[in-house]
Amino acid sequence: MRKTNNSRLPSIMRRRFVKGLMALPAAILLSNMSLSASAADVNTTGLAVTDDTVTVGILHSLTGTMAISETGAQEAEKLAIKQINESGGILGRQIEIIQEDGASDWPTFAEKSKKLLVKDKVAAVFGAWTSASRKAVLPVFEKENGLLYYPTFYEGLEQSKNVIYTGQEATQQILDGLNWVAKEKQAKTFYLIGSDYIWPRTAMKIARKHIENVLGGKVVGEEYKPLGNTQFGSVINKIRLKKPDVIYAAVVGGSNVAWFKQLKAAGITSKKQTLLTISVTEDEVLGIGGENLEGFYSIMKYFQSQDNENNKAFVKAFKDMWGEDSVIGDVTQAAYLGPWLWKAAVEKAGSFDIDKVVAASEKGDIELTTAPEGYVKLHPNHHLWSKARVGEWKKDGQATVVYTSELIEPNPFPAGYQ
Amino acid sequence: MDGYTSSELVSIFAMQGFAGISLFSVLLLMALGLAIIFGQMGVINMAHGEFMAVGAYTTYFMATLTETYFPAFMPYYFVFAIVVAFFVSGILGYLAEFALIRHLYKRPLDTLLATWGLSLIMQQSFRSLFGAREVSPTLPEWLLGSYQPTDMIDIPLNGMFVLGLTAVVTLAVYYLMFKSRWGLRVRATTQNRVMSDAVGINTKKVDRYTFALGCGIAGIAGAAFTTIASTGPTTGTLYIVDTFMVVVFGGAASLFGTIASAFSIAQAQSILEFFISGSMAKVYTLLALVLILMFKPEGLFASKVRR
Repeated sequence: MRKTNNSRLPSIMRRRFVKGLMALPAAILLSNMSLSASAADVNTTGLAVTDDTVTVGILHSLTGTMAISETGAQEAEKLAIKQINESGGILGRQIEIIQEDGASDWPTFAEKSKKLLVKDKVAAVFGAWTSASRKAVLPVFEKENGLLYYPTFYEGLEQSKNVIYTGQEATQQILDGLNWVAKEKQAKTFYLIGSDYIWPRTAMKIARKHIENVLGGKVVGEEYKPLGNTQFGSVINKIRLKKPDVIYAAVVGGSNVAWFKQLKAAGITSKKQTLLTISVTEDEVLGIGGENLEGFYSIMKYFQSQDNENNKAFVKAFKDMWGEDSVIGDVTQAAYLGPWLWKAAVEKAGSFDIDKVVAASEKGDIELTTAPEGYVKLHPNHHLWSKARVGEWKKDGQATVVYTSELIEPNPFPAGYQ
Repeated sequence: MDGYTSSELVSIFAMQGFAGISLFSVLLLMALGLAIIFGQMGVINMAHGEFMAVGAYTTYFMATLTETYFPAFMPYYFVFAIVVAFFVSGILGYLAEFALIRHLYKRPLDTLLATWGLSLIMQQSFRSLFGAREVSPTLPEWLLGSYQPTDMIDIPLNGMFVLGLTAVVTLAVYYLMFKSRWGLRVRATTQNRVMSDAVGINTKKVDRYTFALGCGIAGIAGAAFTTIASTGPTTGTLYIVDTFMVVVFGGAASLFGTIASAFSIAQAQSILEFFISGSMAKVYTLLALVLILMFKPEGLFASKVRR
C-alpha cells in the first residue's frame, strides 16, 4: 500500500484530472486543498489508503437479538459515507466500506474487529452497540491502534484513546432523566428494571446513587431479566405491590416488546403510572407498537420528530435511501455523526494516521453545526457536548419532545458515582 | 409482607397465581408438538423453534394482509391466523420429513445435526423474507387490556386467551393420540415398527403425518406467542431450550408427564421470581431440574415400554 509508484504517475495524474473536473463544484465549495496529496503524505502508518480511496469498516449485528436495534445504525453510517463521497470524499479520497456482522455475539465482535484492523487495515471503524460488545473490542482497538466511532448511549466510566463516543454518557441521559421526573412528576419512589448485562446493571447502579444521594428519593425495587426474556408477569405484580412513582426501565432489544405488551395487558398504562425508559427509541417502537407505549417517556438526545432544518434534510435523505417506512432512533442519529466527525478530524489533521486524527479530535474544536440533533461539539475527553431530551410516545410510534436541556458537558467519570 | 392490607395481598396472590398458570400454558403449548415428535418418534428436532417462528410469521403476514386489504375484518383475523399457522407449519413439517427426516430414523443422533442445519436454513429464510428486525402483528382490540373482577385485580386478556387455546390443543392432542384409531397406529408404530408393518399399518405414512402434526402444533404455539412477545429470525432459538427442558423433565413419551413438568417448572419459576430476581429464579429452577434428573434420568413420568 505504501509504494510511491513513479511509473504509474501519468495515469494517476490523468485520472486525478478527470476526477478533479467532476468534483470541481464540490471542491470549490469545500475549498478542499488536499486533492493533490498522495497516499504517502496523508498516511504514514500503512492503512488501507490509496491515492483515490480510503477503506473503513462497519461492524454491527445484522443477526441475533441485537439486529432489531443495530440495523438502523449501520444504515445511518452508510448514508453519511455516501453523502461524504458525493461531496468529494475525504482528502480527495472516496470512502470504501468493508462490513462485518457481529452477530450479537461479543467474541465475534472481537474477532471481526481484529480482522478489520489487521487484515483490512481500515482507517476507522464505525460500530458496536451494547457495552458488552464495546468492552470486547476495546482491547483489540488499543493493541492494534485502531479508531472506533461508538454510537450508543452508555453508562460512562470509560475513556479510551482509540474510541470516539458519539452517544451520551450517564450524566447526559441517566442523571438528567432522573432530575426531570423528580422535578416534573414530583417522583420520590423508583422501581428499576433492566436486562441482565453490563449496561443496565451499571446504569442502575449510577441511577440508584443519584436517587438516594442527590434526589433524596427511594428505590423500592430493582430487577434484571435475561436478554430475550418474554415473561414479565411476576415483575409486573411486584411493581403493582410497591406502587412506585416512576418505573425506570432499561430493558433492551426485542424483550421490550413483551415487556410493554404485558404492562398494557396488566392494566398498567400511562394514565395510572409514570414510566421513563432509557432504552426505547423509534426503532424499538416499530416492534412494540405505539399503542402499547402511548404516554410513556424516553430520555434521549434525539427524536425523529425534532423540528429543525438539519433534521428535516436528514430524515428525507434517510427515507430516500432506506425506504419510506424506515424510522430513525437516537442511536441511528448518533451513528450518522460518526463519519462526519471523522471527516472533520481527518481534514484538520491532514492525514488518516490514527495518532494524528486522535490528536486533532482532542483539541476540542471539532463541531458539527449540521447535526440532525442541532449542534454538537467534540470534547477533549472523546465524548460529545449534547442536549438531553424527553419524548412522550404517541400512538403512531413517534414522540413529542416535552423537555430539552441546555448543552451538557460530557463527564464520563462523574464524582461520587463509581 | 408487612405494610400491605390483606385485600392487597389477596389480589397480588391471585394475580401471581395467574402469572404462574400463564407461564405454564406457554410452556405446555411449546412442548406439546415436541412431545409428539421427540416423545413418540424419537426425533431430536432442533428446528422445532423455527416451526414456531413460521407460525408467528404467518400470523404477522395475515395481520399485514388484513390491515391492508380488509381492514373491516381486523377483529376476527386472529382466529383464522391460528388455523393458517397450523397448516403452514404442518405442511412445511410434512415436506421436511419427506426430504430429510425419514432417511435418519435409524440414526436418532444424526437427526439432531440434520434438524439443526434445517433450523439455520429456516432462520436465514426468515431474514431474507421478513428482514432482520423483529416484527409484531397488530392485535385485535379484544385481545388487549385486562379483565378486572375487582379494583385491584387485573387479569391480562392475552394470557387468558393463550390459556384457553392451550386447553383446546391439549384436549385435541389427547383425543388424537389416545382415543382415535390414528393415535393407536402411531403408538403401535413407535413401539414396534416391524410388527406394525406386518399387521398392515402404513408406517411411513404414520411417521409423515405425526411429524407434520407436531410441527403444526408448533405453528399454533407461534401464533399464540405473537400476543405476548415479538418475532425475529432467531426467536426459535430462544424457545428451543425451554421446550426440550419441559419434554425431557416430563419423561419423553408421556403426555401427562409433559403437562406435569410444564406445571412444576412454571410454578417454581413464577413463585421464586416473586421473592428473588428473575435471573436467579431461572438459575435455581434449572438447578432443581438437574438434581431431580440425576435421580430420575427418565424424567418425571417414564413410559413403561418393554425394550
